[in-house]
Amino acid sequence: MDHSDNPGREGTMTFNVRKVGGATVISVDGQLIVGNRQELKQKVLAELERGARRFVIDFTRTGYIDSSGLGILVSLSRSIRQERGDLRLASLNDDLRTLFELTKLDTLFEIHATLRDALAD
Amino acid sequence: MTPRAAVLELPADISVIENAVERAVHCCASARLARNRLMFNFRVGLTEALSNAILYGNGGDPQKRVRVELRVRSGEVRARVTDEGHGFDPDTVPDPRLPENIPRPDGRGIFLMRALMDEVHYNELGNSVTLVLREGTRPAP
Repeated sequence: MDHSDNPGREGTMTFNVRKVGGATVISVDGQLIVGNRQELKQKVLAELERGARRFVIDFTRTGYIDSSGLGILVSLSRSIRQERGDLRLASLNDDLRTLFELTKLDTLFEIHATLRDALAD
Repeated sequence: MTPRAAVLELPADISVIENAVERAVHCCASARLARNRLMFNFRVGLTEALSNAILYGNGGDPQKRVRVELRVRSGEVRARVTDEGHGFDPDTVPDPRLPENIPRPDGRGIFLMRALMDEVHYNELGNSVTLVLREGTRPAP
């Protein structure tokens, strides 16, 4: 059973998708947690299916991420790599950055200090 | 301050987690912990405990309940999260930082609770976890 089929019921989170140059930028506004992770996954996979290959997830306006949120990023990273694409993470605050360091996920992801850096070639 | 206690009874439905965490944070504000310890460490730790209780402990069965008991005093918050499941042995959970586990999408919840809270205790059965967060005993996070 998939327990995450209720995207949007949390009510305090939005995922904004936009194109910047050749990249697809997804902004996480709120929390990325077990209750909404599937919505992010669906949005990214839909863009991947439409042909997008360069992705940046922007955490400028993100409060916190739980282990399910980290897990969905790992899963998306794998899916994007399988299509020879590229996933970058941008604008993690100190707390979020520490989550990636504690879990050693900073070794798996390309993390940039700013969205501008992440969009640079 | 006078110690404060509160109880939340929740259905086993992941869509209630965020709201429950915000209610708990509001209840714990009087502990006067540093803002990011309450708004980050506690929120992530409690989210993990609730997620485990709902998805694994109660198997996502919406008929089952999760009980959250909060104890708040100056400089300390305690949250005990209890599900209706049969429990598990938290010491058997693999270290997600091992090279072979880093590419896995799961298995980081208990590790994050232990990393972000000052104390994490399970009861003998393994269906109830107590999280303790204090002021000034561990850098955030």
